[in-house]
Amino acid sequence: MGWAISVHGGAGDIPLSLPPEKRLPREAGLRRCLDVGIAALKAHNHPLDVVELVVRELENNPHFNAGKGSVLTTSGTVEMEACIMDGKTMKCGAVSGVSTVVNAISLARLVMDKTPHIYLAFDGAEAFAREQGLETVEMSHFITPENIERLKQAQEADRVQLDYTQPIQKEVPKDAALADGDSQIGTVGCVAVDNEGNLATATSTGGIVNKMVGRIGDTPIIGAGTYANHLCAVSATGRGEAIIRGTIARDVAAVMEFKGLSLKEAAAYVIDQVPRGNAGLVAVSSTGEVAMPFNTTGMFRACATEDGYSEIAIWDSPTK
Amino acid sequence: MGAWAIAVHGGAGVDPNLPKERQEEAKRLLTRCLDIGISALRSNLPAIDVVELVVRELETDPLFNSGRGSALTEKGTVEMEASIMDGPKRRCGAVSGLTTVKNPVSLARLVMEKSPHSYLAFSGAEEFAKKQGVEMVDNEYFITEDNVGMLKLAKEANSILFDYRIPAVGTCGAGAAMDSPLQMNGLPISVYAPETVGCVVVDKQGRCAAATSTGGLMNKMSGRIGDSPLIGSGTYASELCGVSCTGEGEAIIRSTLAREVSAVMEYKGLNLHEAVDYVIKNRLDEGKAGLIAVSKDGEVACGFNTTGMFRGCATEDGFMEVGVW
Repeated sequence: MGWAISVHGGAGDIPLSLPPEKRLPREAGLRRCLDVGIAALKAHNHPLDVVELVVRELENNPHFNAGKGSVLTTSGTVEMEACIMDGKTMKCGAVSGVSTVVNAISLARLVMDKTPHIYLAFDGAEAFAREQGLETVEMSHFITPENIERLKQAQEADRVQLDYTQPIQKEVPKDAALADGDSQIGTVGCVAVDNEGNLATATSTGGIVNKMVGRIGDTPIIGAGTYANHLCAVSATGRGEAIIRGTIARDVAAVMEFKGLSLKEAAAYVIDQVPRGNAGLVAVSSTGEVAMPFNTTGMFRACATEDGYSEIAIWDSPTK
Repeated sequence: MGAWAIAVHGGAGVDPNLPKERQEEAKRLLTRCLDIGISALRSNLPAIDVVELVVRELETDPLFNSGRGSALTEKGTVEMEASIMDGPKRRCGAVSGLTTVKNPVSLARLVMEKSPHSYLAFSGAEEFAKKQGVEMVDNEYFITEDNVGMLKLAKEANSILFDYRIPAVGTCGAGAAMDSPLQMNGLPISVYAPETVGCVVVDKQGRCAAATSTGGLMNKMSGRIGDSPLIGSGTYASELCGVSCTGEGEAIIRSTLAREVSAVMEYKGLNLHEAVDYVIKNRLDEGKAGLIAVSKDGEVACGFNTTGMFRGCATEDGFMEVGVW
């Protein structure tokens, strides 16, 4: 047994040629969040508190697609969503269409703890946030210049971008920084288990670039992007539509239960069922195992276990 | 080829004291919907078209909690949600927070077929509806007198009403409200459930589809999303089966009920009936819910751990049944 924690900052077509100035801040971000989570677990915080804490850190980091740094809708606005679930009680909370709440994951937690509901969205979610006295700001707080540029590119290409690492190939030379293939993508998430086998998961995102206003992805859908029960906790990332259809997060636990597979086998099995280039996930089991499979080019990820093992990676690694 | 099968529901959790006429009205509506579905199946319409057609009928009729006749939010308005799923490629579409779209299930279908996404909500969904030219009406269209009365009772009791089929106990006010069976029931987790509607179909080609539609919980917070639009919870369809659930939304979400039926068939090799039984027995804990399901082999099943569920089912060999208890 022993505690374990895993964090992700999104799966997608992250180019191997990602320049250091794009790669290093994200690796540093993952490292810091991992450390925050490890310290919290060592201090015997409940995994539910740990995952919320870590995801808040990721939301506040503008290099990831959640909270500050969220990608933009087709109208240039931010609509964030988040979800949290407790493996033991199966209680969960989710929010969508949040535009002024600094930490959507904390709002999801409040929905879980303070309402008889599981999921609140848009105006209703914003109103609830205010009632609860959560920190809110102008929407501009979340918008970064990189994301404004990404939206522009996506609209020029007139397509929805899963990840916006590949700049549009056009004659007109693009801004050098972005022509390198900036790869802020996906979603952020954290899963954790303590040494009593208590499991929790949390996921947060701005969605996909140029999404339609009102589009909801997999993140707040229990069983799709986020799920935890007594066996494991899972947070998925990638193309929302594929994750929803594949009920990815739920399936990892189902496959463990019904096919008797280990966490690693189950997680790999489930990702294999999804068309290539579409998904990745992080998961921990009640016995302290960790799995971080993905079928995209890369996934920003990190993990640590009580026995001292830790890893931060982006592309394929031997211990995937 | 295979044989077709169809099931419809109008909600799980029925007051044992529900007046006979209401029960009969419900059965007549369920029968009418089955007939619509059956004739569509006989004309070889694919499963996905049949579920949409039938759920449209249920939405249009004010009897159950969907479309017209939807439960009201705490503000006295209607916010509807729906989802639809096509088994063969597991394509899906869902909508939430609709206030002016006459048939939410059809908008969910359009999200599936005409948008790059799977789920649209609130003003974004309404915008999409406008662009698609679907029929839109004022929010008042969906509000019925019965429900206005129910909302008042719910507020007086200051609780969320799971079922509002109990006719208003006259104009005596709070006192009478406290005496009505629903209030005396007193459990925060009610035995009753909102009458979400749904339909599952397998056509002659063995294709399964499912669709669910609802107005949600009476007196719900504005912006509250339940299980009905959530793929895997209220609705699910795969190569193996089609499932639509109803009951306590939070319990259905937590147990990813609709997906569970298919998962248990896939991973444990259970047949449809065994899967439905297993899931209802083992996945709901204290939650109260019901579901209808069809399999690619033309079987139909329903299960519920509530007191009653408005349902109907029919298979190609001529079997047909409509029930409440």
